[in-house]
Amino acid sequence: MDVLRKLLDKQKPLFEKGGKLEKFYYAFEAGETFLFTPNTTAGKHGSHIHDAIDLKRMMITVVIAMVPALLFGIYNVGHTHFLAVGEQADFLQKVLIGAQVVLPIVIVSYAAGGLVEVIFATIRRHPINEGFLVTGMLIAIVMPPTLPLWQVALSAIFAVVIAKEVFGGTGMNVLNVAMTARAFLYFAYPGDMSGDVWYYLGDKQYADGFSGATPLGLAAEAVSTESVQPLAATMAEFQDGLFTFWNMAVGLIPGSIGSTSFIAVMLGAVILIVTGVGSWKIIVSAFAGAYAMGLILNLAGANEYMNLPAYYHFVIGGFAFGAVFMATDPVSAAHTELGKWVYGFLIGVITVIIRVLNPAYPEGIMLAVLFMNVFAPLIDFYVVEANKKRRLQRATV
Amino acid sequence: MPQHIKLKRGFTINLAGKAEKTISDAPPSDTYALKPTDFLGMIRPKITVNEGDTVKAGTPILFDRQMDSVMYCAPVSGEVVEVKRGEKRKLLEIKILADKEVDYEEYKQYSVTDLIALSREDAQEQMLKGGVWPQLVQRPYGIVADPADTPRDIFISTFDTSPLAPDYDVLLKGQGNFFSAGIEVLKKFTEGKVHIGIDAKAEVSSVFSDIKGAVSTKFSGPHPAGNVGVQIHHIAPINKGDIVWTIDPYGVAQIGKLFLKGIYDTTKTICLAGSEVEKSQYYHTHCGACIDKIIEGKIEHRNVRYISGNVLTGEKIEPDGYLGYYNHLVSVIPEGNDYEFLGWMKPTTEKLSFHRALGLLSFLNSSKKEYVLNSNMKGEERAFVQTGIYEKVLPMDILPEYLFKAIMAEDYDEMETLGLYEIVEEDIALCEFIDVSKHDLQGIIRQGINLLRET
Repeated sequence: MDVLRKLLDKQKPLFEKGGKLEKFYYAFEAGETFLFTPNTTAGKHGSHIHDAIDLKRMMITVVIAMVPALLFGIYNVGHTHFLAVGEQADFLQKVLIGAQVVLPIVIVSYAAGGLVEVIFATIRRHPINEGFLVTGMLIAIVMPPTLPLWQVALSAIFAVVIAKEVFGGTGMNVLNVAMTARAFLYFAYPGDMSGDVWYYLGDKQYADGFSGATPLGLAAEAVSTESVQPLAATMAEFQDGLFTFWNMAVGLIPGSIGSTSFIAVMLGAVILIVTGVGSWKIIVSAFAGAYAMGLILNLAGANEYMNLPAYYHFVIGGFAFGAVFMATDPVSAAHTELGKWVYGFLIGVITVIIRVLNPAYPEGIMLAVLFMNVFAPLIDFYVVEANKKRRLQRATV
Repeated sequence: MPQHIKLKRGFTINLAGKAEKTISDAPPSDTYALKPTDFLGMIRPKITVNEGDTVKAGTPILFDRQMDSVMYCAPVSGEVVEVKRGEKRKLLEIKILADKEVDYEEYKQYSVTDLIALSREDAQEQMLKGGVWPQLVQRPYGIVADPADTPRDIFISTFDTSPLAPDYDVLLKGQGNFFSAGIEVLKKFTEGKVHIGIDAKAEVSSVFSDIKGAVSTKFSGPHPAGNVGVQIHHIAPINKGDIVWTIDPYGVAQIGKLFLKGIYDTTKTICLAGSEVEKSQYYHTHCGACIDKIIEGKIEHRNVRYISGNVLTGEKIEPDGYLGYYNHLVSVIPEGNDYEFLGWMKPTTEKLSFHRALGLLSFLNSSKKEYVLNSNMKGEERAFVQTGIYEKVLPMDILPEYLFKAIMAEDYDEMETLGLYEIVEEDIALCEFIDVSKHDLQGIIRQGINLLRET
């Protein structure tokens, strides 16, 4: 490693003040600090020792937590592809097709968003933030597999600029960056983001009689059609048991690339909770909120969707992924501990309300997270005011 | 039975190189110094001696023009050899070349029974002149107490939970009578109470148990349970408009000596500790001692950092630097000025972490494991990202993240209502240690305090 270090030390003066490539110092620094933890020591005053954690380690933990969902997503894109075109295929073929579709999306998302990060860091002279390690992956994972690559790039650029940089960069953003990317595409190019986009077909056609519907689409239909049997039964019978509860929990169903598998997402949730990087309060309360709202709708029971057992909401659509990876983004979530309970719970509640009661949007988690991102500061405001009030009341005693 | 307050939140940093409870005489230092920078509230220091003047221990050599009744005295007798100034002629150190035998300035001597009848005015006059007054630190702000104030209460923490902290039972060995006398004097300054925070885990302490005239409260829990600010928060918190005074047990005993012995006695027991010290233990010396003789031959490596005070809040000093006025500890840790290949992702059980993010496995170690930590920042400064983490190491009903942001935004109302009156640097030192984004949080707190003091 000494060779590498020497090489870096040799190049460093070029990028430092007065050097030829001074402008690109932060790009150089990003690479240098990626390879070597810097030799900076604590100042004269203040704490002389520091915890081994840094933002890089925290962010890479989130990326690792997403790996099960990503890997499963790669397999599943291949799996659903062969399902849709009605061909048999073995594991390897499925993975190959999946990788062929998913990896370019991941790469484009990282490249486009990363480029914007570097440009802003260079112009504004601030270090490149590691948050994009997570955002880049998140953006890719929540997209439909059929999305054109230019749209991936466009949404990543839009999200980084509008959701993050205009607010002052990492740590200052109000909205979750990845959800903004998805919402942008959803409203700008609805044809590519909803409807029949969830199966990657390549240059082939659906097999005869195969339907491209998703569980959420099926559920939305149940609102308007009279049905003689419960929605869960309708789902279970659909296309040879494609949407049985267990199939949906495992995630062998069409949907956004990495968000179909409840089980893979839960593996990620365990990593986030054990490492303490993601707030368990938000995750638990989001699931509690969705479940509670599901139960309330069961009581109302005006149509078959309302009668759907509340726990079905965990496994259909992108709820689990959103609750675990999007809602827990520390910057855009509530910052106070009490606030996190309220914030997560309302995300769950609103997701189910949008799903069941609003026929225009089959999936609710995206808008629920963005909506609660906007309200998080308000929740925090009341928690902070309560803290101040306690202090004031003490004074009069 | 004293009340027992159990604190849950916090984090005890178990560093290698804790001191054995043996005390030796340190080789006497050639020079001793008074550092005006030790007194955070001091804005306009004025020096009353010139280079070449001879002084006795207890001769006033410095005062603050904004509070000119408080005298800062020479710690030993000898000749003023250097007045060291920094940028903009900022006064840094007043160095005294010590005599072989310390010659003391004489003040009025009292007997234990006289002390009971002593008035506040007389006590105050002697303390202001006799060099011990700066031991009284005012909260809010953590600055030297103003003699014109009458504090609501006075608080003393008799134990220190910070890394490598010395044991006050050792520091005050055999000085129980001076400590009691000091308490007797302090009682005259407040209409409230004198509170003593006691370590609930400690064995019955000869010095601190059964102190007459003071209210004892036991505390247990991880660091910062020993911080006086945390103890105040749980006994009788500081509200807007309140003024309380704090003082450490050494200061109390020093006040006791001023009255019982009639001298400004600056002998003190200090602790030399840390992973780089060959044999960590206690030494007898005087306030403001140059550490060169004390450390001589006891440090194993050259690339080390000397800290006057503990590793969380102390001041980095040179190998020939001087012990700070309020410090009883010299910590010696490795200087971490080297690069580490992929240091941010390597799994490790050797580097201590409060977190459990990928590869940070120190939580698997036994709680008795001792760590060698260096001064490396272990990352770069970033924006605030992680939330809800500072609260876990601050056992107070305070929202640190909001307080820091209020200070950075210079929002005076928020600083006040979010509790800046209750906090000084040492209370949030752990927040700085565990900070993912590597902010200078203690610096931010001092900046906030200075803003509030200006108004």
